[in-house]
Amino acid sequence: MKTTLPILFGFLVGLVMFVQYFFSHPSLQRTYNLVLDWKQIVFGMMLILGTIGLVRHHGVRIQRRERAWGYSAVTLSGLVAVILAGVGGGVQGGPYAWSFENVQSPMQSTIFALLAFYVASAAYRAFRARTVHATLLLCAGIIVMLGRVSIGEMLGFSVGDARYSLAGLSGWILDVPNLAAKRGILIGVGLGVSATALKILLGIERSYLGKGD
Amino acid sequence: MIPLQDATGFQATRWPELVAALALALLIVVWIVRTRRSSDVFVRRIPGLEAVEEAVGRATEMGRPVLFIPGMDSMDETGTLAAVNILGQVAARTARYETRLLVPCRDPIVTNVAQEVVRAAYTAEGRPDLYRADDVRYETYGQFAYAIAVQGIMLRERPATNFFFGRYYAESLIMAETGNLTGAIQIAGTDSDSQLPFFICACDYTLIGEELYAGSVYLSREPRLLGTLKAQDMAKAIVIVALLLGSLATATHLWTRP
Repeated sequence: MKTTLPILFGFLVGLVMFVQYFFSHPSLQRTYNLVLDWKQIVFGMMLILGTIGLVRHHGVRIQRRERAWGYSAVTLSGLVAVILAGVGGGVQGGPYAWSFENVQSPMQSTIFALLAFYVASAAYRAFRARTVHATLLLCAGIIVMLGRVSIGEMLGFSVGDARYSLAGLSGWILDVPNLAAKRGILIGVGLGVSATALKILLGIERSYLGKGD
Repeated sequence: MIPLQDATGFQATRWPELVAALALALLIVVWIVRTRRSSDVFVRRIPGLEAVEEAVGRATEMGRPVLFIPGMDSMDETGTLAAVNILGQVAARTARYETRLLVPCRDPIVTNVAQEVVRAAYTAEGRPDLYRADDVRYETYGQFAYAIAVQGIMLRERPATNFFFGRYYAESLIMAETGNLTGAIQIAGTDSDSQLPFFICACDYTLIGEELYAGSVYLSREPRLLGTLKAQDMAKAIVIVALLLGSLATATHLWTRP
């Protein structure tokens, strides 16, 4: 019963969601909207549980003075400060909005900006001409990178009215072989998604229930 | 909020999708019946999945934990479902080898599911005492805040093995590069085509696209699930034939789009 009931519930709800995609009856649409609302409610409840777990984890680290417990103190302080700011001053304007615009948002942008350096580090390691495939990758990478900047258009030649440049070659690499490979991957992913969804719907795959196969 | 439709009845423009879904479901059922009769089913070798056992063993020998990231999306995304299914298999191995498993999660719903999956895996292996609820926890929902939290775990705990399975966005390279810096062996699997190049650069093994969905089947080798894999491959073969015929017909002007 502990396994059968969730599988049956999943099958019934999944079946309703599957049917509503093909039939536009108002009752089915209302059910779809209701399920979306329930999802938000479940998310909210799970968020509370997750936050409680987070507070407990960091609280224990502070209490036991574990290694790097200072970061846990910063985490809990930030959590309490933002909650108080939101409850006291409201979420529209006031200290809550100030903390988002002047603290959280710049920090997010900073980490996003750091990504450029991580890309450079990964590219330095990956673009080494050790094999034929790696050499092809390196050459294609150079062409595409140069083709994306102004010099890509300048590096080229004209034959009559036609202009052949690195920018054009870069565009061809992205539009033809790269796009073909991407579409192949997407077709495989689409089939994988469909098969996995059907497995879940039909109760064939049960690992997500935590009960094993 | 999706607005209510005015019309009622079957949406005729979607019939190809209905036929495809029913055909795939039929293929799955047929192949499950076939593999139940004969479980000798050939599945090509997937290096990334073959390396899972070796990767967990490496962490055990080094006395360091295993880190598993189940992706950035919630449980309503199929990639996350696939990742959680693989988590069950990885957890069974870490329980068997008595290796610590860390699963920091971004989504609170995924956190609860992951806790259940890991606890059940440890119980099934006869080691419920090794399960630590604190190791499977919710971090934060912020995208880059979560990436930094994972970075901090990698730099402090120094896991010997990192698994990245599920759907990822811009934060993928931050986590993968940090793991590379710590010297961990890294296995990634994602259906996000835009993040695949980053994982291929930064990780030792990468599962591309549909290989992620084959993960739990490949690791468990259960006949019932192997049948679904064969059905998926057969569907892909049908799609390839249809693409070839369609391309030929269009190129020779036998058929033109209306």
